[in-house]
Amino acid sequence: MSGTAQAKETNEVEQLKQQLRQMQEGFEKVQREQSAQINALTQKLEAFTRVQSAAGENQKLAAQLEAEMASSLSNAPAIPEKKPWSPADTLTVARAGSAYMNMSFDAMMVAGGSTMSDPSAQLQLGDHDPIKNGFSLRNAEIALDGAVDPYFKGFANIVLKLDKNNQTDIELEEAYAQSTSLPANLQVKAGQFFAAFGRSNAQHPHQWAFVDAPIIMTRAFGPDGLRNIGAQGSWLLPLPLFTELTLGVFDGQGSTMFGFRNPGDPDALGVDRFHGRQTLNIGLRGPQDLVWTPRIASSFDLTEQQTVVLGASAAFGPNDTGADTRTQIYGVDLYWKWKAADAHEGFPYVSWQTEALYEILEAGADPTASTPLPAETLRDWGCYSQVLWGFKPRWVAGLRGEYADGNTGTFDANDVFRGERERVSPVLTFYPSEFSKIRLQYNYDHGALFGNAHSIWLQLEFLLGAHGAHKF
Amino acid sequence: MKTNFSIILAALLLAVVAQAKLNIVATTPDLGAIAKEIGGDAITLTTLAKPTEDPHFVDAKPSFIVKLNRADVVIEGGAELEIGWLPALLDQSRNEKLAAGAPGHVNCAKGVPLMDVPATLDRSRGDIHAAGNPHYIIAPSNAKIVAQNIAAALAEVDAKNAETYRANLQKFTATLDAKITEWQQTLAPFKGASVVAYHDSWPYFARDFGLKIELYLEPKPGVPPTPSHLAEVIMKMKKEKAQVIIVDPYLNRRTAETVARDTGAVVLDVTQFPGGLKGTEGGYIQLEDYLVNALAKAFAGEK
Repeated sequence: MSGTAQAKETNEVEQLKQQLRQMQEGFEKVQREQSAQINALTQKLEAFTRVQSAAGENQKLAAQLEAEMASSLSNAPAIPEKKPWSPADTLTVARAGSAYMNMSFDAMMVAGGSTMSDPSAQLQLGDHDPIKNGFSLRNAEIALDGAVDPYFKGFANIVLKLDKNNQTDIELEEAYAQSTSLPANLQVKAGQFFAAFGRSNAQHPHQWAFVDAPIIMTRAFGPDGLRNIGAQGSWLLPLPLFTELTLGVFDGQGSTMFGFRNPGDPDALGVDRFHGRQTLNIGLRGPQDLVWTPRIASSFDLTEQQTVVLGASAAFGPNDTGADTRTQIYGVDLYWKWKAADAHEGFPYVSWQTEALYEILEAGADPTASTPLPAETLRDWGCYSQVLWGFKPRWVAGLRGEYADGNTGTFDANDVFRGERERVSPVLTFYPSEFSKIRLQYNYDHGALFGNAHSIWLQLEFLLGAHGAHKF
Repeated sequence: MKTNFSIILAALLLAVVAQAKLNIVATTPDLGAIAKEIGGDAITLTTLAKPTEDPHFVDAKPSFIVKLNRADVVIEGGAELEIGWLPALLDQSRNEKLAAGAPGHVNCAKGVPLMDVPATLDRSRGDIHAAGNPHYIIAPSNAKIVAQNIAAALAEVDAKNAETYRANLQKFTATLDAKITEWQQTLAPFKGASVVAYHDSWPYFARDFGLKIELYLEPKPGVPPTPSHLAEVIMKMKKEKAQVIIVDPYLNRRTAETVARDTGAVVLDVTQFPGGLKGTEGGYIQLEDYLVNALAKAFAGEK
C-alpha cells in the first residue's frame, strides 16, 4: 500500500512540477513578449517625443519672432485688411513693379505742311519725319522691356507707321538682350539694335526734341539710323570719371546700314542703286565685311547743376557700290545740361547738344549708269547744334541749326543725300503731362538742289502704359 | 627684412581696413541721413538727389553710374519714387551687388504700410503712384521701419559690423521714440488742424501727428494750379479755418503766397529732406524738429 501511495504521490509531484514549469515558461514567454512590446513602444515614444519637442521649439521660436516683429512694428499702423474681390472691381492687367515687364504704346502724329508738294522727297529724309503735307503718323511704337532672368534684360521696339497711302508698315526696330551680371565692368548686348554712335542715333523719336531727325544723321545713316543685327560689348573704365568704351559689330547688310552693304533704292527700271551706282550685293565674304562701331564717351559734372557728356564714335565697313569699296564715318558729340538746384518737375533747365559727322565713302565705278559714274571718294560732313530751354514746368523752347555739305561728286545733281544744305528750326513743346506732348516746329530750309523751303509741323504724342526710364 | 615685411603687411592691412568701410549710395538725402545714423563710422555715404530737388525728377547723370558701380549697397525709397531715373542708372552700373533682390539693394518701402494705393490705375486722375504714395519717410513711424530695413541689410552685407549696426539702430530708435513723444506733445494742441499743401506728399506726416493735410494747390498730382481750383481751395480754407500753407523748396512759392494773401494764411517753407532748408542739415531728427516747431509756431499765429 505504501509503495503505491508513494508512487502516486511521486506522480502528482511530477505532474505539479511539470505544470509549474509550463506556467513558468508561459510566464517567461509573456514577459519576453511584453518586454519586447514595451521596448518597441518606448522606442516609438522616444522617437515621437523627439519630433514633438523639436516642433515645440519651432513653435516657440516662431512665436518669439512674431512677438519681436510685432514689437518692432508696434508704432506702425496696422495694414488695412484687403477687401475681397468683387466682379465690379477693375481688373489690373499690368502694374508697374508687379509686372514682369514694362509695356508701353507710344504714338506720334504730325499735321502740317511745307512749301514743297512732297516734303519727303528732299526735305524730310528721316523715316520718322512727317512724310506728306497734311497728316502723317510715322511712329507708333510698342516698347517692351524687363528682366529676362538674373543674367539678361530684354528690350523690344516694334514700330508701326503709315505710308503715303496710309497703309500700315511694321518693323522690328529693336529686339535685343543685354547682360546684367558680367564681371569686370563689362556689359554685352546682342540682337537688333541702334549702334552706339553719338547721341541722337540711339534715341527713339519720342525722346527727340524736334519733330524730325537731323540732316547729317539722315545723310550718314540713312532714314532709319544706324541699326542692324549684331553684338556690342561695353566697358565702364575703373576711373572716378565716367568713361565708357563701346565696340559694336554688325552684320552690315540692309538699308538700316545705309553707308555699308545697302542695296539702295530701285530706279525706274528696277535696278537697285546707291549714290547712282548699281549695287553689287557683295554679301558677307568674311569678317572684314562686318561693320565695326567703336565709341568712347566720358561725362563729368561741372558743378552740382551742370553736367557734360563728351563722345567720339566711328563706323567702318564695306559698301555695295564696288567689289572692294569701303566706308568710314567719324563723329564727335557734346551734351551739356544745366538744371536749377530747386527744379520743379525737372524745370527750369537749359541743354545744349551738338554732333558733327564726317563720312568717307569709296564709291565704285558704274559705266552702265545713264550718266556713267567713275570710281570716286565721296566726302560728306555736317553738324547740328540745338539748345533747349525748359523755361517753366511743362514748357520747352528750342532752336536747332544745321549744316551739311560734301565734296563734289559726279551724281550730285540727282542725289538728295548730298550737296550743301542748311536748316534752322525753332520749336516750342508743351507737355500736358509726362505722358503727352504737343509740339510746334518751323523749319527754314535751304538746299543746293531745291533752293528755299518753309515748313510748319504740329505734333501730338501720347504714351500709354509703363515705359522704361531713359539714359541721361 | 622681417621688419620690412611686417611693415608692408601692416600697411596692407591698414589699406584693407580703410577700404573695408562699406560704400553706401542713398538715392535721397532723407535715406542718406538715416543710413548715416545706422552706419556711423563703418560706412562711407553718397547721396544722389539734392535736398532741394524734386525726388521724382532727378537726372540720371553718368557720374551717378560711377558711384553706383563702386557701391556695396544702394538704398532706395522705392514705391516708384525713383522710377524715372534709378532703373536706368542701375542698368548701366554693371554692379551685381545692387541687383534687384540682392542684399545690397535695399528697398526701404518694405514693411511700410503705404497709403493712397489706387484701386485702379488711371492716369486721367493725374500722375498717380501705382504702389501708393511714396513720400512716407517724413513720418517718424515710417523712419523707424526704414532704419530697420537699412540696419538689416547692412548687417547682412557687412556681418562683421552687424553688432554696430544693431546698436546704432537701437540708439536711433530710442532717440526717435523719445522725440516722437515730444513732437506729438508739441503738436497736440493743434490736433485736427487743416494744413494746405502744394502737392500730396504729406499724408504720412499728417497721420502721425493728427493733422489734416487734404487740401492741395495742385488740382491733381502733377497738374499745376489753375485759378478755378485755387478759388475752390480758398473757399474750403476759409470754411476749415486753414491757416498754414506748406511749400517744398522745389515748388512754386508764389502760388502759395497768392492764396495766403486771399485767406490771411501763413506760407511755411518745409522740406522732406535734411538740408532742404537752412537749419535742417543736421539729419533726420533735426529736420523733424524743425518741421514740428515751425508748424507749431505757424499754428500759434507767429509769423
